Amino acid sequence: MASIRLSDYSLVYPMFHGSARSFKKSLVRGVRQSLSASQRSDGVQRVGGNIVSQADTTMVLALDSLTLSIGSGERIGLIGHNGAGKSTLLRALAGIYESPLGTLAIDGEIHALLDPQSGMNPDLTGRENIRQYGQMIGLDRKAIARLEQDVEAFAELGAFLDLPVRLYSSGMAIRVGFGLATAPRPEILLMDEWFMAGDHHFQDKARERLTRLIEHVRILVMTSHSLPILRSWCTRIVWMKSGRIHQDGPADAIIDAYEAEQGQA
Amino acid sequence: MIQTRTSRAWDDLVKGLASWRLAVSLGRTDISLRYRGSVLGPFWLTLSSLIMVAAMGGIYARLFHMVLRDYLPFLALSLALWQVGLASIIQESCTCFIDAASTIHAMRLPFTLHVIRLLVRNAIVFAHSIVVPIGVFVLYGVWPGLMGLASIPGLLLWLLDGFAACLLLGALCARFRDIPPIVAAFLQIAFYVTPVIWQPSQLGPRSRYLVANPFYDLMELVRAPILGHWPSPAAIVVALALSAIWCALGFLTFVRTRDRLAFWV
Repeated sequence: MASIRLSDYSLVYPMFHGSARSFKKSLVRGVRQSLSASQRSDGVQRVGGNIVSQADTTMVLALDSLTLSIGSGERIGLIGHNGAGKSTLLRALAGIYESPLGTLAIDGEIHALLDPQSGMNPDLTGRENIRQYGQMIGLDRKAIARLEQDVEAFAELGAFLDLPVRLYSSGMAIRVGFGLATAPRPEILLMDEWFMAGDHHFQDKARERLTRLIEHVRILVMTSHSLPILRSWCTRIVWMKSGRIHQDGPADAIIDAYEAEQGQA
Repeated sequence: MIQTRTSRAWDDLVKGLASWRLAVSLGRTDISLRYRGSVLGPFWLTLSSLIMVAAMGGIYARLFHMVLRDYLPFLALSLALWQVGLASIIQESCTCFIDAASTIHAMRLPFTLHVIRLLVRNAIVFAHSIVVPIGVFVLYGVWPGLMGLASIPGLLLWLLDGFAACLLLGALCARFRDIPPIVAAFLQIAFYVTPVIWQPSQLGPRSRYLVANPFYDLMELVRAPILGHWPSPAAIVVALALSAIWCALGFLTFVRTRDRLAFWV
């Protein structure tokens, strides 16, 4: 049985700006701080202002003590404003971000659609990227050949598939990225909202491919700003506000409440 | 599944080693991309080290009043060992994780995979540049015989130190972006104080202090057997002791920084 269990899970995200990336400046800052601290203890008057060693580093509490339990068969939609922590939560579930605070337990084979480029190397051709991706997700030679055929048929790029990805238009790159990301058949699927991109003809095809994938998985966790899509695909909605779970419940009820609040604002 | 930081780091290491096939294929891709579109391909490396050895050999043999037959094999071997085995691995280890940022953000893979990939890449470069010293050895009829095999343990130690360098410098440089130029400047100095283009005997009695230079010790471990003498016991002891400290530092840094790396790169 596939399941996801979060208990009191928090994640702190460091953001560096200014000179926080400089080793020299950080060192100097640290020395100054300890100097001013020792001067204070000696009772000597402090020179200059107190410089905090974390001056250029902002710690963002991206996820704030989340407790959440998701069982097999559930289709979860994450909603909330930009910066509410939806994408961070997906990345944490995918194991890309790790945090020592609280516990996160995942049972089942997991796959994440997070990045439209799926970690593609722009200098490799589309075909080489497909093979490399296959290797990265641990497929054997036969499975990689199948993946190649599958994505080639889906992306419909013709001869472009043998050209470097950096020559592709963004729509073409997304076709390959989408085809790749949606090829595996995991138990748990995590999906960020980028999958709605692409031209019109592609969207129908993408929708069809995604629907097939979603029918197959045991657990789906997705983010989207499109409420109609969430209504039709999800059984349960988790509404996030500044890193916390604001509301959690059946899809229609929560989306109605969300719409009501949006309407007021 | 609750794990401590140490066991997670260890787990990462084991998984990275287990996926060596992937690392080898990624490393090979890196090299073929670097030389894509050039006729000679990676043999540019061979050609450039050939030119370097010929030019430096001519100049320094004259400056140091040395016989080419004695000097050139020494220089060719030392340059190849220094450039790839020590300088290039240390310099590249700084960007080990930064270069893999897009992969790190896209999917969950062991961080040590990128370390092995870097070592594979450098091993390929090494295989191409070692051709030059071999050519020079053949040309002058100098042959180390079976004793040359004694340099293999030294080379393995280099690999291990290179691995630790990636864990240590790779993580530090992801956090502090001004460390790579500091390392580059340091390597430049190390190149001149280490007997690479000059021979230890030129220092006269003062050559006994060379053992305090870890680069010299590491160099001796590999170079001495090929040139037909044994490295001094002191050099072996210092090289092993410092390597042990270096590896311990690397692993401890990795344990402490691993869950932050995804935020830093």
